[in-house]
Amino acid sequence: MKSFFFHLMPYGHLDLSYADKHNSAWATLPNAYFDAGLGSHYYERYIRELTLADELGFDGICVNEHHQTAYGLMPAPNLIAAALTRTTKRARIAVLGRALPLVHSPVAIAEELAMLDQMSGGRVIAGFVRGVGAEYYANAINPTHSHTRFYEAHDLILQAWTKPGPFPFRGRHFEFEYVNLWPKPLQQPHPPVWLPSQGSSETVEWGAAPERKYTYLQTFSPLELARKAFDYYREVAERSGYTAQPAQLGWAVPMYVAETDEAARREARPHMEAFFTKFLRMPLEMRLPPGYSSVGSIKRMIEQRYRIRSAATTLEALMDFGMVVCGSPATVRQRLADIQQQLGVGTLIAMLQIATLPADLTEKNLRLFAAEVMPFVRGLGTDAAAKAEAVV
Amino acid sequence: MQQATIEVRGRTLRCLQAGGGPTVLYLHGFGGLAESLQQLSEGHRVLAPEHPGFGESAIPDWMMGVSDLAFFYLDLIEALDLDAIHLVGHAVGGWIAAELAIRSTARLRSLALLAPAGAVVPEVSIADVFLTSAADLVRQQVHDAHAPAAAAWIEAELAKPIEHVLQNRAALARIGWCPRLHNPQLPYWLHRIDVPTLIAWGREDRVVPFACHRPYLDNIAGAELMALPDAGHALHVERAEAVAQRLGAFHAGALR
Repeated sequence: MKSFFFHLMPYGHLDLSYADKHNSAWATLPNAYFDAGLGSHYYERYIRELTLADELGFDGICVNEHHQTAYGLMPAPNLIAAALTRTTKRARIAVLGRALPLVHSPVAIAEELAMLDQMSGGRVIAGFVRGVGAEYYANAINPTHSHTRFYEAHDLILQAWTKPGPFPFRGRHFEFEYVNLWPKPLQQPHPPVWLPSQGSSETVEWGAAPERKYTYLQTFSPLELARKAFDYYREVAERSGYTAQPAQLGWAVPMYVAETDEAARREARPHMEAFFTKFLRMPLEMRLPPGYSSVGSIKRMIEQRYRIRSAATTLEALMDFGMVVCGSPATVRQRLADIQQQLGVGTLIAMLQIATLPADLTEKNLRLFAAEVMPFVRGLGTDAAAKAEAVV
Repeated sequence: MQQATIEVRGRTLRCLQAGGGPTVLYLHGFGGLAESLQQLSEGHRVLAPEHPGFGESAIPDWMMGVSDLAFFYLDLIEALDLDAIHLVGHAVGGWIAAELAIRSTARLRSLALLAPAGAVVPEVSIADVFLTSAADLVRQQVHDAHAPAAAAWIEAELAKPIEHVLQNRAALARIGWCPRLHNPQLPYWLHRIDVPTLIAWGREDRVVPFACHRPYLDNIAGAELMALPDAGHALHVERAEAVAQRLGAFHAGALR
């Protein structure tokens, strides 16, 4: 299993008592809570942490896109990725992901990722997402077009990367008389495409289709839901006449490693709990705007996920649900071996900076993971993983 | 009122209808079909279709904005061969009615806009109905939730099946997400409305604020304003009798 370090770049100074007055850390939380004097410090620190991961031998580092929220200070993840092309040498740079429906020019996304691919010497992984519900409030994009804009933007980007230009593109949402990319991406035919998702069956089916075979990432969800999503991916693959490989599946999870189980829990607790109860906090209407998913799946999500998420507010509950991994190196190794066995994934996306976790503990977490866990993780699921290299 | 279905160019719509006499075509508001209409029907044939995409119907491919619904209802009028229509719309239905009327008033005898969405003024915004829970939005529509008529209406609205509520919100978002429940171009074309027009509004409207009547009143020649004190957005519920009486008199007096 490969190890990627995922950073959300949260606003770590968030006054958690905001929750007494506001029901969301997204879109409507007044930016009076953001101290302009601290921004530079955070970017400096977070880019250093991502760079350290490269030095420590992580297979990849991940940035992602969120708007108008304390949850993540990366509304333009490509800016951070560009900085990382200068500060890192070996690691894959995964942009997980660009939120395709939110933009007015998918061509700009194709261009920027092609630039990043060239600037990084072909290290870019292109993550494509629809964006969480709150983004539709923050970006004034109609959520009832979320799926159709996503598919159409995807088609346009893939064509821009692979089809000789100039050519016209005429869609329902996007129309371009001239698509003609300068530069083309370095990786041919195009950078790998990954799909981070929370388990929408439609996304799984679309990603697993034989003409795509995109790597599917399950993000921040209970182990049970992750297992269902991966099983479904493998099922769709078998139905389509091929066998899905571990390299096509990735699991993203907040993780904390310390010297002992007790120290790990003590050090991680406030930050893990703040992540799920404060940074991810938003009302149902914001999480699931109208038309964002079908009526049936919104109804299902209200029933399943929301219940679990409201129940999982303590570190112990989060660990029980498999929504976080936390413990001594030995405990974490054991847990990851067990989880890899259950999920059959080939990529571990470890979020090792969590919400308010300070710089010293983040660095310790990164170093311990890299020294004590990563070498072991590399050996998990290797037989199948080796075969998968040929596929993806 | 009776449930019926009507066919318009291959699309089947649920519809409520009642009474006989001059035709009232009623376009419903945010909550979908089954609002209180009984009192409107006296002396009239009332026809209240459910907007495409609401209730049990899927959002049609062609429905990208409010103008598509305006054209759709012009099609409906032709398909049913309605004429001399008294067009009445509440909230989003009022917005659709205004958009219809700027395109053609040929089959209209009068237009009544009850707290219509569709136009805003710089100093106030329409409430973000999408960020409000369905239950809160119902309550936010009345000024006095304890008045018997309002309380009964709230209860009925809250009893609607979750599937319909989610579908109604999705259909509303399709036409009203951005710009939020208004069309910045609408005020420029309201001058085209050349039938008698009544604008009725609750002064305590917490969804589409009372001040939003101004673009309508200022741009439709001869429009009358009925401003209701102590009434919220659901003025047709809270002031059902007053609204029905005024509409009756207005319809009786509306000649081309």
